[in-house]
Amino acid sequence: MMPPAGGPVRTDLPPAGGRAVDDTTAPPDALLEVRDLRKHFPVRRGLFARTVGAVRAVDGVSFWVERGRTLGLVGESGSGKTTTGRTLLRLIEPPAGRARFAGQDIFAMDRRQLRQLRRRAQIVFQDPYGSLDPRMTVGDMLREVLQVHRLAAGRAREARVRQLLDIVGLSPRHAERYPHEFSGGQRQRIGIARALSVQPEFIVCDEPVSALDVSVQAQVLNLLRDLQRELKLSYLFIAHDLGVVEHISHDIAVMYLGRIVELGRAAQVIGTPCHPYTRALLSSVPTPDPVQARARIVLSGDMPSPAQPPSGSPFHPRCPPPRKDADCVRLVPPLAERAPGHFAACIKEPAWR
Amino acid sequence: MTDAGPRAVPGAGPGGAAGAPGWALLLSALLPGAGHLALGAVGRGVLLVVPWSALLGTLYWARARVFAWEHASLDDFVAAVTAAALLLVLWVGALRDLAGRHVRPEPAGGDSQWVIAARQFRRHRPALAGLALIVLLYIVALLAPWLAPFDPIAQHDIARTSYLSPSATHWLGTDKFGRDILSRIIFGARISLSIGFIATAISVTIGTLIGAVAGYFGGKVDAVLMRGTDLVLAFPRLVLLIMIVALFSPSIPVIILVLGLTQWPGTTRIVRGDVLSLREREYVQAARALGMSRTRIILRHLVPNVLAPVIVTATLGIGNTIVMEASLSFLGLGVQGPTPAWGSMVAEGRDNLLGAWWVATFPGLIIVAVVLAFYLGGDGLRDALDPRLRSA
Amino acid sequence: MTAPATGPGPLLEVRALRTWFHTDAGIARAVDGIDFQVQPGEIVGLVGESGSGKSVTALSIMQLVPRPPGELMAGSSIRFRGEELVGASGARLRALRGADIAMIFQEPMTSLNPVLQVGRQIGEVLRVHRGLAGKAVWRRTVELLELVGIPEPERRSDDYPHQLSGGQRQRVMIAMARAGEPELLIADEPTTALDVTIQAQILDLIAELRARLGMAVLLITHDLGVVAGVCDRVLVMYAGQIVEQGPGADVFREPHHPYTEGLLRAIPRLGHATERLAVIPGAVPSPLAWPPTCRFHPRCPYAWEACAAHAPGLIPLDGRSGASRCWLEPHPERRAGRGYGDVRSGAELP
Repeated sequence: MMPPAGGPVRTDLPPAGGRAVDDTTAPPDALLEVRDLRKHFPVRRGLFARTVGAVRAVDGVSFWVERGRTLGLVGESGSGKTTTGRTLLRLIEPPAGRARFAGQDIFAMDRRQLRQLRRRAQIVFQDPYGSLDPRMTVGDMLREVLQVHRLAAGRAREARVRQLLDIVGLSPRHAERYPHEFSGGQRQRIGIARALSVQPEFIVCDEPVSALDVSVQAQVLNLLRDLQRELKLSYLFIAHDLGVVEHISHDIAVMYLGRIVELGRAAQVIGTPCHPYTRALLSSVPTPDPVQARARIVLSGDMPSPAQPPSGSPFHPRCPPPRKDADCVRLVPPLAERAPGHFAACIKEPAWR
Repeated sequence: MTDAGPRAVPGAGPGGAAGAPGWALLLSALLPGAGHLALGAVGRGVLLVVPWSALLGTLYWARARVFAWEHASLDDFVAAVTAAALLLVLWVGALRDLAGRHVRPEPAGGDSQWVIAARQFRRHRPALAGLALIVLLYIVALLAPWLAPFDPIAQHDIARTSYLSPSATHWLGTDKFGRDILSRIIFGARISLSIGFIATAISVTIGTLIGAVAGYFGGKVDAVLMRGTDLVLAFPRLVLLIMIVALFSPSIPVIILVLGLTQWPGTTRIVRGDVLSLREREYVQAARALGMSRTRIILRHLVPNVLAPVIVTATLGIGNTIVMEASLSFLGLGVQGPTPAWGSMVAEGRDNLLGAWWVATFPGLIIVAVVLAFYLGGDGLRDALDPRLRSA
Repeated sequence: MTAPATGPGPLLEVRALRTWFHTDAGIARAVDGIDFQVQPGEIVGLVGESGSGKSVTALSIMQLVPRPPGELMAGSSIRFRGEELVGASGARLRALRGADIAMIFQEPMTSLNPVLQVGRQIGEVLRVHRGLAGKAVWRRTVELLELVGIPEPERRSDDYPHQLSGGQRQRVMIAMARAGEPELLIADEPTTALDVTIQAQILDLIAELRARLGMAVLLITHDLGVVAGVCDRVLVMYAGQIVEQGPGADVFREPHHPYTEGLLRAIPRLGHATERLAVIPGAVPSPLAWPPTCRFHPRCPYAWEACAAHAPGLIPLDGRSGASRCWLEPHPERRAGRGYGDVRSGAELP
C-alpha cells in the first residue's frame, strides 16, 4: 500500500496507516479528552496594530488522559506543549477546539463552573523561583487557598497545612518561612503542595523538574510518582527531556511545531518509534553512556517559526533523507494508527510494523 | 490594603527570662539606658539616655504651657499624646532590650523580604541620617506648641520687634511683623510635613490602584486608563495647580487635594509597568489556576510585590510635594498668612533680603534640609528594596 | 601567533586553586583547592551541580572573578603554556583572552551585543587579536561563519543577534571564540539553554573543531550526558573540590566516588524505565560552611566513622587511571550491602 520511496507518487492516495486519532473514540475512563485543540496568537504590526498573521502555537492536537495515568507531552521549545497545558486550564484564552474534563466541556464553562474545575484540575510550574509569591510565607499561601475555597477553617485549616507539607516531604516548621529561604527542589515541593491543597484529580505538570539539579530532579520525580499512586492522580506531564518523560509516563505524545507527531503507550513510542522526529529526538537525548552517545542522528537546521509553518508535514524541512519526497511537502499527514493505540503522523511510515 | 507588612522581627519575640542582672533592669526602669551604660553598652545607652533626657528637659522647660489646662487646644493634646508615647516606647524598649540582651530567641518564622530590606537599610549611613532628620522633624512638629518659644502668629509691638536680627531671645531673628522665625519654622513644619505626607498618600493610593488595574486587565481598560494618565501628565503641573487654586480659594485641604490629585501619574506608570511583567509570572498564573478572584490577585499578589518601587517614589514624592507647596506659597497661592508655611515665609523675606537676610534664609535652608533628608532616605530605600542587590 | 614554542608540558595547569568570596554572611569557599591539567587538543569535562564551583573555576582561569568580593587565595596557581596567570598584568591578560584562551557562555543572547551585527562582532575580534583589516576581515568572518555551520554566511553576517535562533547564536559565539585562533576554549554550559536536537549539533561542532584544529576544550556542564559524548577526560566537582577524575568512558561505566554514582543513578535512562530513581538525600551544603572532613559524607550512603573523622585526598584508583576523593578506595569492602535507597523527605533546612 506504500509507494516505494522516490518512485512516482499519486497525490490523492489515502493516508498511510490505519484510522486517524480523530476517528478514534477515547476509552471510557478518559478523564480529559482533547479534540482538535488550537491556539493561534495574532501577530500585530504597525501603527494601528493590524493583525497580519498568526503564530500557530497549537495547531490541532487531539489526545486523552486516562484516570490514574500519566500522559507525557514531550517536545522542544516552540513546539506548543506549554501552551497546550495552559490553554486546557483556561489560563490562556480564548481557545479553539474541544476539551472535555470528566464529561464537561471546559471551553463552555462559565465563571462558577470554572471555579469548580480549578478545584479538580491543577498545575505545577517549571520555575521554582517565579512560581511562589515572594512576599508570602508558605503557610499563608496554603491557608489562602483553603480559605478561598472554604475547604477548612480554624484548627482544621492549620492541621491541613501541616498535612500538606508532610505529604510533600516538608516539615511543619517550614510553614512560617518565605520562598527565598528554600532550595529549588524544596520550592518545587511547595508548588506541588499548593496544587494538592484543593484535592485535585488531575495535575498539569509543566516542566516541573527542568530547572532542578539532577539529584534533586530524582527526588521530585519519585515524589510525583508516589503521590499519583496514593492520591489516584492523573497527570499531563510536559517536558523536553525524553528520559524524564519515559520514566514517569504511561503514555507519550511527541509534539513538533504545534502538532502531535506521535502518540502511544510509552513502550511503543520509546521502543518502536514510528516518526523520524521521534527517532532523532530519542537519539539526541544526552545519556551518560559513551557508547550510545556517539551513535546520534543529528538533525540539521532549526525548528521553523510557528508563525510561518512549512506546508505539508511540519517536519519535512529537517527530515533526514532518503525518506521524504514531494508528498511530504504537499500533504499534511494525519495522526494515523500504526499499531493498536500507537499513532504517528508520517505518510512514509508503513503501517502495522 | 493588605497584610503583607512587616512581620515577626527577629529578636522582638518574647524576651528571654534570663538576661541582664536585676539591678541593671532596675536602673533602666528609673532611667532608660542607664542599665546599658552600667553594663558597658555605651552606644545603646547613649541612644536611649539622650532622647529620654531631651524629652524630660522639654517638658520641664515648657512646663508652664504643658500644664496650662485651661487654654488646652487640640495642638496641646497632640503634643501630650506624642510625648507620652515616646517616653513609653523608650522605657519599654530599654527594658526589653536589656532583658533579652543575652538570650536572643530564635525567630519562629523566617525573614520576610521587608526584614531583609530593613537590615540592608541600616547599613546605608546617609539614608539613616536622612531618616533621623525626618523623624526628628516629625517629633518637633508634633511637640510644636511646647517647643516653640513664641506664638508664631501673634503680633506684638511691631515698631519694637520687627526685623530683629538673630539673638539670644530670638535665635533666628524676627520678621516684618515681629514674629519669631524659629517659632514660625517649628509650626510651619506641621503644615509642610503634613501637606507632603497626606498629599503623597493620596497620590500613591490612586496611582497604585489605577496602575495595577491597567496593568492587570490590559487591552482597552489599559488603553483608556493610560491615555487619561498621559493627559494628566502632559499638563504643566504648576500651571494646573495655579489654575485650580485660583478657582477655589487656597485653603490647606484644597492644597492637599490638588497636590495629591496631580501627582499620581508617575506612580501609575511605574506600577503598571511592574504589574505587566508580574502578571505573567508563574505565581500569578498559579493564583488564577487556583480559582482566585481578580480583586484578590491584584490586592494580595500583585500590589504587595510592586510596593517596593512605590515606597521609594513616595518618599521622593514627599520631598517634591514639599517643594511644590513651598513654590505655591511663594507665589502667594499656597497657605495664606498668618498661618506659618515655609514657602510663604521665604516669599515674605524676599522684600527685604539685604536688610534682614534671616527672614528668608532660615526657612529656605530648612526646605533644602528636609527635601535632602527625604531624598537620602529614598535612595537608601531604593537600594535596600532592590532585589538585584540582594544575595538571598 | 605570538606564542612561544609550546613545550611538551600541559597546555593548562591549575594547582591548588582556591577562589573565595567575602560575603556579609562570611567567607564562601566556592573553589577550595583544585588541581588539574588540560593537554593540548584534549577535551576535558568539568561536571557538577549548581553550587559545586565549576563556573567559578572557569572565571578564575580567565581571571574574570570580580574582586572584591572574590579573591584568589595565596598559593593558587594557573599556568597556561607554563606562564603564570595569577598576578599577571591586565594588559597581558587582555592579550591572552580571546587570542589564546577563549570562552563561551550558557546564554548566547546575553553574551552578544544586541545592537551590533554578528559579522561586525566577529570582525572586531579579528581586528584586535589577529591584526586583520579591510576586506580580509570580512573574508575571514564569512569563513568562520561557514566553519561553524551557519548557512548563507555572507547574508547572515549582517544579521543582528535577535534575528538568529538560539543554536545559531551559539554557533556565532563559537565563531567569535575561534576568530582569535585560541589553543584553549572554555565552554561554560554551552548547550544548557538549547533544545536537545540543537544541543547535539553544537556538541558535534565542538568535537569537529577539536579534530580539525587541535583546539583543547574545557567543557563545563551539569549534564553528565553531555560530557559522555565528547570528553576524553572527566572531572567531577562537588562542594568546591574535585571528587573524581578519570577517562570519560571509565567514569561512566564504573564510577568510584559515591557522589558520581548517585548522580548517574539519579538520571532516568531511556529504555531502562526503572520503578524508582536513586536519590541523593539532602542538598549541597552551603559554601560558607563545608563539612570539615569529607564534604559528601553527610549525604553519603556508605559513610562510616572514618569519613566524619578525616578528610580524604584524591586517592589514585587501583587498576585503572583516575582518582577518587573517598575512603572507599583503600576500603572497598565497605561498599558491600549498602548503597542508594530512596528518601521522600525534602527537609534539608535546619
